[in-house]
Amino acid sequence: MAAETGHDVLGELMRGSLDHCVKCTICETFCPVSNVTPLFPGPKYVGPQAERFRVPREESPDASLDYCSGCGICTQVCPQGVQIAEINTQARAKLRKRTGFRLRDRIIARPDLTGRLGTPVAPLANLMLHSRLPRRIADRLLGIDERAPVPAFAGRTFQAWARKHRSPPAPRRVAYFHGCGANWYEPDAGRRTVELLEYLGCQVDVPRGQGCCGLPLQSNGMFEPARRYVRRLTRRLAPSARHGIDIVGTSTSCTLMLKREAREILGLDDDPELRMVSDHVYDICEYLLMLHDRGELRTDFQPLPLTVTYHAPCQQQGHGIGKPALDLMALVPELRVIENDATCCGVAGTYGLKTEKYEIAMDVGAGLFAQIAEARPDLAVCDSETCRWHIEQATGVRTVHPIEILHRAAGLSGPGH
Amino acid sequence: MSRHDAVVVGAGLAGLTAAVRLAEGGASVLVLAKGVGATHLSPCTIDVLGYDPEPVDHPRDALRRLVDARPDHPYRLVGADGVAAAIDWFKGCFADGPLSPYAYAGSVDENMRLPTAVGVLRPSAVVPETMAAGDLRAGGEVCVVGFRALKDFHPVLLADNLGRAAGVQARGLELDVSPEDRADVNALGFARAFDDASFRARVIGQLAGRLGAGERVALPAVLGIADPHAAWRDLEDRLGRPVFEVPTLPPSVPGMRVFATLRERLRRAGGRVILNVVVTGAERAGARIIAVRARVGLRDAVHEADRVVLATGGFASGGLELDSGWVARETALGLPVAGVPAPGDSRFRPGYFDDHPIGRAGVAVDGDQRPVGPDGAPAFDNVTVAGATLAGAEPWREKSGDGLSLATGHRAGGLMLAESGAHAGPAAVGMGG
Repeated sequence: MAAETGHDVLGELMRGSLDHCVKCTICETFCPVSNVTPLFPGPKYVGPQAERFRVPREESPDASLDYCSGCGICTQVCPQGVQIAEINTQARAKLRKRTGFRLRDRIIARPDLTGRLGTPVAPLANLMLHSRLPRRIADRLLGIDERAPVPAFAGRTFQAWARKHRSPPAPRRVAYFHGCGANWYEPDAGRRTVELLEYLGCQVDVPRGQGCCGLPLQSNGMFEPARRYVRRLTRRLAPSARHGIDIVGTSTSCTLMLKREAREILGLDDDPELRMVSDHVYDICEYLLMLHDRGELRTDFQPLPLTVTYHAPCQQQGHGIGKPALDLMALVPELRVIENDATCCGVAGTYGLKTEKYEIAMDVGAGLFAQIAEARPDLAVCDSETCRWHIEQATGVRTVHPIEILHRAAGLSGPGH
Repeated sequence: MSRHDAVVVGAGLAGLTAAVRLAEGGASVLVLAKGVGATHLSPCTIDVLGYDPEPVDHPRDALRRLVDARPDHPYRLVGADGVAAAIDWFKGCFADGPLSPYAYAGSVDENMRLPTAVGVLRPSAVVPETMAAGDLRAGGEVCVVGFRALKDFHPVLLADNLGRAAGVQARGLELDVSPEDRADVNALGFARAFDDASFRARVIGQLAGRLGAGERVALPAVLGIADPHAAWRDLEDRLGRPVFEVPTLPPSVPGMRVFATLRERLRRAGGRVILNVVVTGAERAGARIIAVRARVGLRDAVHEADRVVLATGGFASGGLELDSGWVARETALGLPVAGVPAPGDSRFRPGYFDDHPIGRAGVAVDGDQRPVGPDGAPAFDNVTVAGATLAGAEPWREKSGDGLSLATGHRAGGLMLAESGAHAGPAAVGMGG
């Protein structure tokens, strides 16, 4: 273990995986970014190949790496087990260390901070975020594309709701890791998750003071603050894990961060608190399907005569759990689910917000958007919030988490909801 | 812990074929794979039997001779009729697949002779329609057209070798046209461009007046990925002569078409695929596997299954491993490996195409493709092995790789359906879907 040897064992294994690359180019055929822009030469070139030239204390050889969106599809499709995306994320951090961090990246990588600042002044902040002139200024001054979707502050937090909510005792107990999206922007989505879990026979704890998981900081190369975020969050979640209570999350990229990425990419595998939390974290659909496989999920869902599309976001695919949302939605009578087979919507967290990358993000998502448009669904379904905002803006189709579908099918949403 | 009728390990041609057949036969199917399989690396021509060791003209007859002479060869499991049934099924997959009317041509009765990327004629039985005009058994005049920006395809080299080795009258021509005028574009980038009629028009414009009256045109296998039939037909019509694709170095666009077709059929039939998963073992009850264990990231997962298809490939794909102590193992389920020379005996001979003593190593199976131990008794009752994992073949010498994968994968699916009493016909001839 790292603590004993002083080595980041997992990190070395990960980097060492580049020696398994046989240059087969399968990753390049799947890379959503290099397939739409020559600015990114592709995961093989920038990853296992260029990594050989990234020597400690020497400058990183290739700035095109910055155009990797970090979606992780290259790692998923590699038949040789090379952790291409992870190697690239680490390399990007080194590159950014040299080139410096833009003010823009420091801002958009801290949803926690923006949430804290924007929530008390939500009406004003939302006006600014959704008006042309301030957005144009932010575009020109900061490099946040004026066309990129930004969520509206709810003006109230999910945590505030949860503090007042008493979850009734139930045979099963879970802790809910809500993430920044539910806390600052979609508190109703958080509430629906709690209501559904309770309906399904769970007593739901909402650990107080949950902050950001550090993923946006990690994606933007700011590893030190990302590590601080991870540690702060795991301190909040650790008591649940210590009591053997499983932690379920609705933000699939953030649960992946706690499961894997913080340990592999940020080199925190020797953090005992993180490891304990990590072992208990589940994507919520993964968790519910696990209950179902054990015959412990209530399945008396009401008919939902709707047509929906389902897009499994890249980070959800990074869990290696298949598409449990499809199996869960299949339990709902009269619900017609059309599975999208596009790989990526393009936004990749904060990537698609950036002025120099917004159009790439839209090109990446074009295939998915066309599929959704063709299906003419009542709703689009997707597990990741940034992807939902991006898809909704691009297609005009309201896009929801699979939990919202189940919440409706459980009869919890009320008429006309 | 998930539960499925069948877990298929491996997402290459054999695994996907078995999975599609099972799913279309009504089974719930989960495919677990380390990554995307060999389809993307292979030309995906179905080479049933190319050499025995002389070039084969009639694979159906040669197959019979092979099976008689080599009772340990995996083709004994399927026979010529089983191969033919698998090919019919495979062609059917394209008929109402996502790339229709893109189709495969040829049959197990006759081998064509198609040029490779370096201009050698190779015997191949069933090929994409877009390659069929490259059958140079009767010779002919060929203009090989390449692109400066496609660095992995060298028309002059190809043409020179065609002339030298095959006696075909050929010349090479390199065009300076590329998508968005980029200097370096891979095969997939060109394939996307060829889906676009305006790009094809640019190519045709550059060829105008430069082709001889009797010349047919060879192009790298990049003629479209979304609608290859339309791209190829358009070129033939507007150039007024036969046009054919020649396989490139990876990534293989024809392979991607096969992957897309089988993947889409699997999706439609409700089959699931999880990639980036390493199968590390199995839980057994008596002679049956009841669950497959897999490594997913930093965690272990367990997938329960009534039946398991093992199609992880051979040494090249990591399905089989030979460690530095010369111990061979099957990596997913730990099955016995047959055909490994005893310690101290030589394993390799000097030449690449020599008959290497270790060349036929793999998992030995009984007549139902169940893995057997050294005593010939089945190691598991509910495991079926398909593709390059099987012992007894030498695909690189025989040119039999894709034929074996398709036929044994097809039969693996059929056997399991028949055994489970699902809605399939006889194992060898049942037609999924």
